[in-house]
Amino acid sequence: MNPTPYLVLATILFTLGGAGVLLRRNALIAFMSVELMLNAANLAFVTFARMHGNIDGQIVAFFVMVIAAAEVVVGLAIIVMIFRTRRSASVDDASLLKL
Amino acid sequence: MSLLTAVAAQASETSTSSGTTGEEVLFWILAPLAVLGALGLVLSRKAVHGALFLAMTMVSLALLFLALEAPFLGVVQIVVYTGAIMMLFLFVIMLVGVDATDSRVETIRGQRGAAALAVLGVLVLLTAVTGRAALPDPIGTDEATPDGNVYAIADLIFGRYVWAFEVVAIVLITAAVGAMALTHKERVTRRLTQRELSERRFRDGDPRNAAGLPVPGVYARHNAVDTPALLPDGTPAESSVPAVLVARGAARPAEEFAEDIGEIGPHGQKPSGLQPQGEGDQPEGDATAGEGGPNDDVPADDGGADDDGARPDQDEADGGDAR
Repeated sequence: MNPTPYLVLATILFTLGGAGVLLRRNALIAFMSVELMLNAANLAFVTFARMHGNIDGQIVAFFVMVIAAAEVVVGLAIIVMIFRTRRSASVDDASLLKL
Repeated sequence: MSLLTAVAAQASETSTSSGTTGEEVLFWILAPLAVLGALGLVLSRKAVHGALFLAMTMVSLALLFLALEAPFLGVVQIVVYTGAIMMLFLFVIMLVGVDATDSRVETIRGQRGAAALAVLGVLVLLTAVTGRAALPDPIGTDEATPDGNVYAIADLIFGRYVWAFEVVAIVLITAAVGAMALTHKERVTRRLTQRELSERRFRDGDPRNAAGLPVPGVYARHNAVDTPALLPDGTPAESSVPAVLVARGAARPAEEFAEDIGEIGPHGQKPSGLQPQGEGDQPEGDATAGEGGPNDDVPADDGGADDDGARPDQDEADGGDAR
């Protein structure tokens, strides 16, 4: 099967993830949208790996997954900490650095 | 299921023209599911629903990885993403997301419109590039993985990419330690005893709540935590409903138990006229029932009427208590 449909799917998922990051105020949903973008990039990596008959793309996708796991652990810890001090999971409320 | 069959029919329709493959059918089933999950994540109002939609997208992507000759990544996708990361998200939503409904207020003027425009632009641009590119048919990874996918990946990870693998291990350990350091809460003050807490409640708090907040659901007809207790003057005591239920919007609004009051009112008034009759009948009815006469039905009826007469009486008494 030609790789184009896979790439278009990855594009759509990536864009939807970006829309979630830009449009949603809930920190958790914005964070999940970032995960969606990483997943879309992984799909493109695996598609290209198959297209080129070369498995390095799968290795990169694997490392992306591992880094995503580490990122989620730290990010969720930060969200929990902010919620503890400010009682809110909205990205608009964490505005202490605002002048 | 109707969606699946429709997609499958569409898949078979499109594949008849250019040779049908199982992979195309799989793709045209899974791709709409993945897009649907992503849309659900962006559009759902509650974070929990978003997390479940995202899990659906990730499972679809895992199956697509299997179709793309990456069985190891497909399994890792399910184990790591849907198994570990999404469960972590769900735990945090459980901790944090009580007031998870998103605010619709735009903090930056025109931000939403600009964001939508940018998203649309990126979508059109990327789709135009990827959709119009003349890509060759995939070579396939059979030649690159003579011993199978997992062996080839192991060769690369522990061979050419072993340095990256070690660095990633350090990153994971650092992340775990960092998460523990971030969420750890050092107790800087002494833990208060119950006596001190009680004294502080009298000193600082509302003295009317010194004995604790009123209990919810103390009400003639309705016994539930989502129903506020009634104060002596008949108004609902808002502080008697748990704050979590109020934040979720699960507490009963005032109109609903006003209807309950209306339901009790006429019910209590109507039989009050019958009440003396019922009481007057009662000894006779009981006597005939005891004798076991031929008119067995009549005392039973009388008993029923008596019951009806007695219950509203009770209701009135309870209502009076509650008010």
